[in-house]
Amino acid sequence: MNCDFVLTTCPYCGCGCNFYLQVIDGKVVGVVPCKTHHVSRGTLCIKGWSAHQFVHNENRITEPLIKKDGKFEKVSWDEALDYTVRRMLEIKEKSGPDSFGFLSSAKCTNEENYLLMKISRGVMGTNNVDHCARL
Amino acid sequence: MIDKVRQIISDLLDRGEADAVLALANEHGNVQPYLYKKGDSLDNLVLWPKYSMGPIVQSIQNADPALKLAVVVRGCDDRALVELAKRNQISLFNVRIIGLACTEAEAKECACAHPYPRSIDVGDKIDGIVSSDELAEVSGKDYGGRLQFWKDAFARCIKCYGCRNGCPLCICEDCVLEDDAWVKAGEIPPPFPIFHLIRAYHLSDKCVECGECQSSCPMDIPLTSLYAMIREEFSGLFDYMPGADEDRKSPLVTSLEEEPIREGTA
Repeated sequence: MNCDFVLTTCPYCGCGCNFYLQVIDGKVVGVVPCKTHHVSRGTLCIKGWSAHQFVHNENRITEPLIKKDGKFEKVSWDEALDYTVRRMLEIKEKSGPDSFGFLSSAKCTNEENYLLMKISRGVMGTNNVDHCARL
Repeated sequence: MIDKVRQIISDLLDRGEADAVLALANEHGNVQPYLYKKGDSLDNLVLWPKYSMGPIVQSIQNADPALKLAVVVRGCDDRALVELAKRNQISLFNVRIIGLACTEAEAKECACAHPYPRSIDVGDKIDGIVSSDELAEVSGKDYGGRLQFWKDAFARCIKCYGCRNGCPLCICEDCVLEDDAWVKAGEIPPPFPIFHLIRAYHLSDKCVECGECQSSCPMDIPLTSLYAMIREEFSGLFDYMPGADEDRKSPLVTSLEEEPIREGTA
């Protein structure tokens, strides 16, 4: 059997607490706060303590899906991305850049959020970009 | 000291006396629990800061009950393992304990009264810390002063459940602190004093003075002082120390016939 401890940053708020995910034979089984980390120093809030619980939730979508004839079907990443790009360009052509809104997430890193802003402003040409806390 | 621990670990793995050894490692500048196997480098082995080993042993045994496991333990870990075994949470049958005595500085940091395991493989036994400054400050107050002290301390609680989650002996599957009848969901701070007294009562015959509750607390509530006072009361009543003796069951779970207080029973 394998038991690993994987250091990670809490996916919830922006404080940057660190903890270990305890992984036994590929399954995340618990959270162990990192005692030497300078931000959290072995302490967590209730969200950090529960951060492992959603990992293996059966309601999570693990593969790309496209709705075909009113039903979601599993597709490859290539197909999903090609479809998304094609539809976004069509909609931009027809209805203009401000027909888009981009919603980012507190679970992303700063850099990922920056990139979504870049797509929104730089590629699509709209200022309609916000984050999940305002949903 | 650490070289001796390295030697013991590599001997156990090489001779096949253990399939894996649970200890601590410094990986990229942070210290984490680590399960060493045969052939792993022991260069990254460290002994401090301590992590609570009891719950990790429990999760490993849940996944693989037959694994021959060795664990580097300090006094508090040793007591936690004994207490967990007594309560059928783990089995010590397949567990080889590598006992590590705490240094004076380490004992001071934890304000630990018993900084040594039952049997010491590495280090020298030192006397425990009798009382911390904080404990002396609280115990010196009169009843009203103490009540105010705890009222102020618990008013800071953000109900993160860190004290419960970090505690190696908080083992109830359904925790009453998540039961709306006792503690209403969504209210912070939790009701005084019931939230913390439920835990204190549950831990009165289990607390092994590891200090994980306090070190897990983001609001610096001096929980180790509270539990030191409870332990003192409890040992005064029953002459019992949690985790000290594998064969002696808690006076709160033995049958009334074996109870030290036996007036009125047949």
